[in-house]
Amino acid sequence: MQPILIEHVQPVIEQFFGEDVYLHLETTNGAYANHNNEKVLTVNAYIRNGKVNFDSGKITGPGPYRVGLKIELGWIYAEGLTHWELDSSGRLLLAGHDAEGKLAVALQISRNPFE
Amino acid sequence: MNEHILVVFPHPDDEAFGVAGTIAQLTNRGVPVTYICLTLGEMGRNMGIPPFTTRESLPEIRKSELDQACKAVGITDLRRFGYRDKTVEFEDRDILAARILEVVEELKPSRIITFYPGYSVHPDHEATAEAVVHALSLLPENSRPELHCVAFARNTEEGIGKPDIVNDVSDVFDRKMDCIKAHKSQTDWLIKAIEQDPAMYEWAKKERFWVYKF
Ligand SMILES: [Zn+2]
Repeated sequence: MQPILIEHVQPVIEQFFGEDVYLHLETTNGAYANHNNEKVLTVNAYIRNGKVNFDSGKITGPGPYRVGLKIELGWIYAEGLTHWELDSSGRLLLAGHDAEGKLAVALQISRNPFE
Repeated sequence: MNEHILVVFPHPDDEAFGVAGTIAQLTNRGVPVTYICLTLGEMGRNMGIPPFTTRESLPEIRKSELDQACKAVGITDLRRFGYRDKTVEFEDRDILAARILEVVEELKPSRIITFYPGYSVHPDHEATAEAVVHALSLLPENSRPELHCVAFARNTEEGIGKPDIVNDVSDVFDRKMDCIKAHKSQTDWLIKAIEQDPAMYEWAKKERFWVYKF
């Protein structure tokens, strides 16, 4: 993965406009967040292979970055994104890694279902 | 009964910190060890600085790390059950227990090692432990293998007391470290902690088990 540059990522987001695509959206502070610090709530959520269709959307922010994708009746949103990759399967992988290199948020778009 | 150990954990690396030394001692003596690993640990969070992997390529890395870890401690029979990280508790417990029971009936292990239900923190650990306990509870008492459990919740000693077995693994510590290092994508911090913190090093030289009473 590489550090995000808006001018590189925005055109890739636009390649997926108006198509049925598969979404992986995740945020996590780790299964041991509360075990490691009682004051912290363990918070993890993900959706994998949600079928979505968006015809507009942007990546914004000074870095870390935010992405908002407009779907028919609502939004797909992620904040804290730091790295990106268009992988060999043509999937757009966006992720936010914390200071320790741990994944904290991921937003991924694919034309084929994720495994 | 022939000695044969069955280890059941949900994540590649669950065996590394708490059990690897015990496994190495057993395989040194020629005791066969079978490891059922339920998931690929595909939801692991360590991606590195700069990131060396992604959410999508991590499972392949963890798969080969587990192969290497098994080699390090002499496990020759690894069975991947194909569940997905973080979802074990949502699977049908009876089906999971039946799959485990099938392996138990095939191998007739003398001892099974898993987590202690209620004291193992991660929901996948708890679900695994419960399924193992359920599977064994279906066996008649006289053919039930011993169940040795790993526990690390903060309230463990309040709830189930001190470990029944404290196994010194100093004699195979290098191999235990090889196992931990095999999972390097996820265990970097642990390797550093053991190498730099004498208290952690002392802690890692002992492995603690609670014997489950049905
Ligand atoms: Zn685990």
